[in-house]
Amino acid sequence: MRLPKGAFALAGVAVLALSACGGGGSSSASPGTATLNIAFLPKAVNNPYFDVAATGGQEAATALSGQFKQVGPSDATGAAQIPFIQTLTQQNVSAIVVSADDPNAIAPALKQAMSKGIKVVGYDSSPATDARNVFINQADSKGIGEVQVQMVCDEIPGCAGDIAILSATSTATNQNAWIDFMKAALASNSKYSGLKLVKVAYGNDDPQVSTTEAQGLLQAYPNLKGIISPTTVGISAAAQVLEQTGKAGKVALTGLGTPNLMRKYVKDGTCKEFALWNVKDLGYLAYYTAALLVQGKIKGTAGEKFTAGRLGDYTIDTSTTVLLGPPFVFKADNIDQLNF
Amino acid sequence: MSALRDRLLARWETLLVVLLIAFLVLGTSLSPYFLSASNFSDMTSNLMEKAIMALPLALIIIAGEIDLSVESMAGLSSALLGFVFLLRWPLWIDIPLVLAVGALGGLFNGLLVTRAGLPSLVVTLGTLALYRGLASVVLGPQSVSGWPDSFTNFGFGDVPGTLIPWPFVVFAVLAVAFIFVLHTTWIGRQIFAIGKNKEAARFSGIQVAKVKTLLFVLSGTLSALAGVVLTARLSSARADNGQGFVLDVVTATLLGGVNIFGGEGTIAGVVLAVFVIGVLRNGLTLADVSPDTQSVVVGALLILSVAGPTAVRRIRSAWSSRSFVQSASHR
Repeated sequence: MRLPKGAFALAGVAVLALSACGGGGSSSASPGTATLNIAFLPKAVNNPYFDVAATGGQEAATALSGQFKQVGPSDATGAAQIPFIQTLTQQNVSAIVVSADDPNAIAPALKQAMSKGIKVVGYDSSPATDARNVFINQADSKGIGEVQVQMVCDEIPGCAGDIAILSATSTATNQNAWIDFMKAALASNSKYSGLKLVKVAYGNDDPQVSTTEAQGLLQAYPNLKGIISPTTVGISAAAQVLEQTGKAGKVALTGLGTPNLMRKYVKDGTCKEFALWNVKDLGYLAYYTAALLVQGKIKGTAGEKFTAGRLGDYTIDTSTTVLLGPPFVFKADNIDQLNF
Repeated sequence: MSALRDRLLARWETLLVVLLIAFLVLGTSLSPYFLSASNFSDMTSNLMEKAIMALPLALIIIAGEIDLSVESMAGLSSALLGFVFLLRWPLWIDIPLVLAVGALGGLFNGLLVTRAGLPSLVVTLGTLALYRGLASVVLGPQSVSGWPDSFTNFGFGDVPGTLIPWPFVVFAVLAVAFIFVLHTTWIGRQIFAIGKNKEAARFSGIQVAKVKTLLFVLSGTLSALAGVVLTARLSSARADNGQGFVLDVVTATLLGGVNIFGGEGTIAGVVLAVFVIGVLRNGLTLADVSPDTQSVVVGALLILSVAGPTAVRRIRSAWSSRSFVQSASHR
């Protein structure tokens, strides 16, 4: 009775092998029909940010009468995206739009998909350069830095006085790049000559530390006219502090945030405007670009120009990246249109 | 009695074959892309790390213990491999080193269980957290790439001219060795004896603590090997590699007919169960069923796989006590 048990397992595996051989020819690819069957693969599903991007993808799909679906893992780990890429490859979708959790881990699977004629477009976070056709970049650092100086200038009467920055950690790559562009704009543009940057504080993207740092800024600089907080955690902590200390409306607040965290403060005037890239448009542009690649209207080479529906004209730059455009500015009159 | 047990176990494996065929049919009906050689190749390659971990786990559970730390050991192995690779040590040093650390991790589990007398459930739940934490300490949030092609081809590629993934070859060799050792040698008989009755095993001269410790060492080593395979397949070493694997590994082992209370089980059943879960997950993914729903299904399967054999055992003991009563009354 001992060995037959082993034989059972072998029989089971043989069943698999046989069905594998039997099914070899049945993967019916139909490359002739250029139907748009484009799948979004975010880092994780049930994430509000990616769900908003998906609404943009859906909108583009409707406009182009293509198919849209979103699949993905429930945890954002590098390995988790691979089975989904392989599954989409088996399903013979026409393009995969992916936000890479681990750019290198998913590269072999994406290359395999590309070798079967599937187009790969990165959005939000790019896969390895050779494992995608095009990457849709949500924002460039220069634009993100400059728009924040522009906003604080708009909100401070006369665009003159002391301002401070409440950042994330002192080592945060994105924030540091933006702050450098803010400083450059303050120094080079005569429009901002009345503004004086007195301090860069670091709230470590921790609500408690950010609150303490914001209180510290108000204490240390009684003449402070404006705060720029280029991070979601910082800007909402600062808004709370301004409200509690009765400085709302006296000290201008702006920066980068999400509509759901900032809605209350925009409506009560604590923070009249803030910026972020338009996440819905990111999904729209990613779908549109993927569709054009599938239809052969663009090849994904540097220098190509194309029109992406309601968003207008774009150019693929030398690093085969497409820039979404200037950051989106949220104000009281448009904040209710977006939900993330 | 022994013949009866064997027949029931064989029936459990028959059930698994039926289940496997049922899921193959289900997968085929759910998605037109299911029944293809390349899909089975992909599915198999995604399963192999879990399959490698399930083999030693089966022996540990048969011996009456459990090891929940396997996925974290794979993560620690991946992180450590990345760390030493960054130091530019050659892979022929890196991999044995990582496997040795796996063995040490297993030894730590084993000594806490056998020498300190702590329950393995608690010990390995602790090291599940501990080894994952160590992995993050070793590598931090970064991911290490730039592996040699030979290494990543081993993880992601197939045996030339076929669609058989290389990791499957590793697993197949291990599975055959495990079948041989567990079912035909005195080592296997000792493992069953320990799981059936620890005291009786000790009195018949089996070094229970030593055997159990060695099983934990084996589990640590092979979990580390799974971590190496995973790193090769992902061409990326990360501290979070293998996270969440333990659900599938434990489910496969128990669904394979290994008795959670020890003393019973076959490697053949475990191998079948690995593929049952793999086919199920693959079919559901192809049908665009969300991973949350898949977890509901796999979780239910885990409970069923424990409840099923328990029910079979109850029926069996009811039969045997009845036949005992009958034979007693005839006497």
